[in-house]
Amino acid sequence: MLEADDFVKGLQGIGFDFFTGVPDTILGGIIAHLTEERLYTPAVREDEAVAMAAGAYLGGKIPVVLMQNSGLGNALNVLASLNLIYQIPCLLLVSWRGFEGKDAPEHLVMGETMTTLLDTVRIPHRTLSQETIVEDLKWTATTFMEKRIPVALLLKKGIVKTIQP
Amino acid sequence: MIGPEEGVMQSRAQAMAAMLELMTDQLLIVCNGFPSREACKLRDRAHNFYMIGSMGATAGIGLGLALAQPEKTVVVFDGDGNVLMSLGTLATISALRPKNLIHVVFDNEVYGTTGNQPTYSRVVGLDKMAKAAGYQNVERVWEREDIVYEFKAMLGEDGPSFLLVKVNEQLEEADRIALSPAELTKRFKGSVT
Repeated sequence: MLEADDFVKGLQGIGFDFFTGVPDTILGGIIAHLTEERLYTPAVREDEAVAMAAGAYLGGKIPVVLMQNSGLGNALNVLASLNLIYQIPCLLLVSWRGFEGKDAPEHLVMGETMTTLLDTVRIPHRTLSQETIVEDLKWTATTFMEKRIPVALLLKKGIVKTIQP
Repeated sequence: MIGPEEGVMQSRAQAMAAMLELMTDQLLIVCNGFPSREACKLRDRAHNFYMIGSMGATAGIGLGLALAQPEKTVVVFDGDGNVLMSLGTLATISALRPKNLIHVVFDNEVYGTTGNQPTYSRVVGLDKMAKAAGYQNVERVWEREDIVYEFKAMLGEDGPSFLLVKVNEQLEEADRIALSPAELTKRFKGSVT
């Protein structure tokens, strides 16, 4: 399993310097580390987080938005009618709750349909794994720079260490 | 444009024009719908970012920009419908306390761009909500003289500030923004960084 601080260093290594979002258990370790380093600006909703990231990008930052996949629904309007048409990129670091149907009932629909949803709104995505982390980050940086739209890294349980074992 | 009379509620465009005149190097985010079209017509500048969609996101964008550019003053031109859609952002702004953010809300108590359907700001005081959330400075104004006085004051003091400008429902004839969304991003970002 990846250490949260190594993962954050990896993101910083490819230029990301503004982190906002809404928490999820899978993201807990990353958020704890970002908070400790005073790098994290909490938002109250996922669409607000995407809006803040857009403002930060306009101000010269390279932003990351952390969220549980249920939050994609909240963020969809901003992603579609701001980021995608204005060519305002951000990295969406999305925890994959409901993966393979093994989760609480509220996560099952989004867990099953998330990648289809992202494909439908044309947000490029990739699922992070420990074996491919270097290529995953390279892909993230390249896609972000070339397309100037939001890109999503999907994070399943057990890839990056969290605060609750 | 009709000249404003003393003691009379302004149209949004009149109120906006009075504020735009006072602006120098401040960055400006304008909410979707007619407000962006009016601001573009009244005083277009590279430091203006016009939204055409993503209703409710205006203050969030302004907040992110203010955090990224702490040395610059960020002004947000928002609307009552927009604020009501994202009331949580009043909490986020108050908690993060960006000193360089001025949140102006033109409150005409209707969804003006879509045919004047009433909003709840008729009965819910958005300035009271901002005050309760913890904005540093909060004012409610109607008349041109007060608009100018309070906005000038907010340009010179630490925020976050919240200026509720009660305006009438009159729309200014204004075309859609000529620049494409991607061009607006490029122009604005280029003017900031």
